[in-house]
Amino acid sequence: MSAQEITFGKAISAGLRAALAEDEKVVLMGEDIGTLGGVFRITDGLMQEFGPERVVDTPLAESGIMGTAVGLAYRGYRPVVEIQFDGFVYPSFDQIVSQVAKTHYRTRGAVPMPVTIRIPFGGGIGSPEHHSESPEAYFVHTAGLRVVSPSTPQEGYDLIRAAIASDDPVVYLEPKRRYHDRGPVDLAAPLRPMGPAAVAAAGTDVTLVAYGPLVKTCLQAAEAAAGEGISIDVIDLRSLSPIDYGLIEASVRRTGRLVIAHEAGRTGGLGAEIAATVTERCFHWLEHAPVRVTGFDIPYPPAKLEHHHVPDLDRILDGVDRALGRANSLDSIDPFAPPVPLAADGTERA
Amino acid sequence: MGSVSLNTPPTGMPQVPEPDLHQVLTPDGHRRPDHDLDPWLQDVTAPMLAGLHRDMTVIRRLDTECTHLQRQGELALWPPLLGQEAAQVGSAAALRREDYVFPSYRENGVAYLRGVDPLGLVRLWRGSTYAGWNPAEANLAAQQIIIGAQSLHAVGYAMGLQRDGADTVAISYFGDGATSQGDVNEAMVFAASYHVPVVFFCQNNQWAISEPVSLQAKRHIADRPWGFGIPAMRVDGNDVLAVLAATRRALERARNGGGPTFIEAVTYRMGPHTTADDPTRYRSAEEVEAWRAKDPIDRVEAYLAATLTDADRDPDGVGPLTVERVREVSEAAADQMATALRAGVAELADPGPEALFEHVYAEPHYELERQREHYRLYLAQFDGEQLEAGAR
Repeated sequence: MSAQEITFGKAISAGLRAALAEDEKVVLMGEDIGTLGGVFRITDGLMQEFGPERVVDTPLAESGIMGTAVGLAYRGYRPVVEIQFDGFVYPSFDQIVSQVAKTHYRTRGAVPMPVTIRIPFGGGIGSPEHHSESPEAYFVHTAGLRVVSPSTPQEGYDLIRAAIASDDPVVYLEPKRRYHDRGPVDLAAPLRPMGPAAVAAAGTDVTLVAYGPLVKTCLQAAEAAAGEGISIDVIDLRSLSPIDYGLIEASVRRTGRLVIAHEAGRTGGLGAEIAATVTERCFHWLEHAPVRVTGFDIPYPPAKLEHHHVPDLDRILDGVDRALGRANSLDSIDPFAPPVPLAADGTERA
Repeated sequence: MGSVSLNTPPTGMPQVPEPDLHQVLTPDGHRRPDHDLDPWLQDVTAPMLAGLHRDMTVIRRLDTECTHLQRQGELALWPPLLGQEAAQVGSAAALRREDYVFPSYRENGVAYLRGVDPLGLVRLWRGSTYAGWNPAEANLAAQQIIIGAQSLHAVGYAMGLQRDGADTVAISYFGDGATSQGDVNEAMVFAASYHVPVVFFCQNNQWAISEPVSLQAKRHIADRPWGFGIPAMRVDGNDVLAVLAATRRALERARNGGGPTFIEAVTYRMGPHTTADDPTRYRSAEEVEAWRAKDPIDRVEAYLAATLTDADRDPDGVGPLTVERVREVSEAAADQMATALRAGVAELADPGPEALFEHVYAEPHYELERQREHYRLYLAQFDGEQLEAGAR
């Protein structure tokens, strides 16, 4: 182990460099990734090092980038596509969902799609509209894709290498507000599989599941809770599709309580999926209904409002309190009137 | 890399779009001189024309058989190519084996010429599989139903060819409707910017289901690529020689580092969009009849009738080559294909439920494995039970 302290961004960059060096079929494509080195500088220096045929500045057309990546994969290449910001991925949505995800199935395995789609995602950096979104549920819902999100520089390095090495298409979600965080990275680490989740902090009272940017916040919450004598088992998913339910279930069977945190809106989000699956499989071990701490079901708000939207340490701790049924939580206050079924005309029944 | 360098703008490109429709065989079978296309037709002989006639006849029969099979309940759907035989045969005949084709869903004639077993097409349109063929064996990508999406795949493939320094070309087929899609326009941007060896082959068959081409384009489709820096040619798509020549010209240009070319093959979809469509709701019988007079097979026969002499010998026989003999050989080939197809259809079995889960991923996916196993156990509960047909 020869770990060195580098930033999250540099760790991803090192993973890309390693992949380019290891396999000549790896081609990086994206807007501003060549001469400029990417708007976040993740590909800084790579075009100069590997040439413009392997680190390709593309026209400003996301569907075009994704569709040509499909064609390159048909030719035996392993394209690594950078979508500049989360909110810019939608023009390429058709190529991702209908082509990248389905070509292997369509051809009964004759044409693999080893395409890696890098997307800086999530909020917290004071950006304009379309620069802070969390679109992971769309991709998790799409059969044929794998989805991963690292939470530490080491994971950033490991997962990008594993994603590029995979014969399946992988959506790699980079927690952009953690790009400048530093951490130890072993650049000589062997290739690790993408699937397994990790215990970020061991605990016994509550299972707290998160991924990407919120893992750090959850670790801070666990530290704060420890001061009150509450022991939180923080699970870092790493892989969002498939999800390593084995680790989550083992934890929930010990703690009996589950909290899931993500920045994305609640409805149809990963928290809903994890809560449902864990409830199906661990119903008799649960001491409380699973609790979700998420962004609201709103478009990502303007920068001056985002601190309300993105779950922070206090909201995560509130969720933990709810899962524990503590007196200071909203559960004990119950501010909600019982829901009223809607009448056939859409109005609320009297 | 070969001599092709990236990011080099196209050179030697004519500045003025060619305004006319290129045609070398008139509908009544007369040979017209064409300055641009004639150099690419120097090797045309009577046996070669007979071969093109045979290919067009066979794919017309394949198309007709599949329409019948759909009516008989053997296929779920079929997208007829009737009327577009010259566009498909002329272009496919120009390709080398290693050239890579990115088709839409209507290029079943092209697929046949790439060596795809017609029974594979039947299985595909029957709903037994999405894989009617192995792309790697036929150098033919999977059929594409999303309109125009494959144009980008062809450009990406050509970017790979460029990096490999390969003497190979990618060709994308699409229709007039697809030219309105963002993907086709983005494909032209990428192709022009990177100067890749790709041919855009647009079969303008006048109709995108019920929408006439005038709704997609206010000028000729072939006018549009020029704005992207891509030379384009508008050819009579019912003229197999014009299509062959134009495609050869574009392929050779791409092979020699000349970059992308766009071909608009002006043709007509004589049948419905698919067997689920009723074209009488949106177009007149007169229009269809006017195009029937431009039939691609008839005009080859008319040309042969006008030009064959006793000096043209039947390559397979001892007598002279006649139109009757050409027709006879073509029909025999069509009969042979159709007989084999019918026999194969009778043998087709439906896929088992295990095929549901296969190849979703290339690598193991434990949550999907769980669903597969659960469904297997669920079905196993019914083992031994006498279920009524169709109950499962």
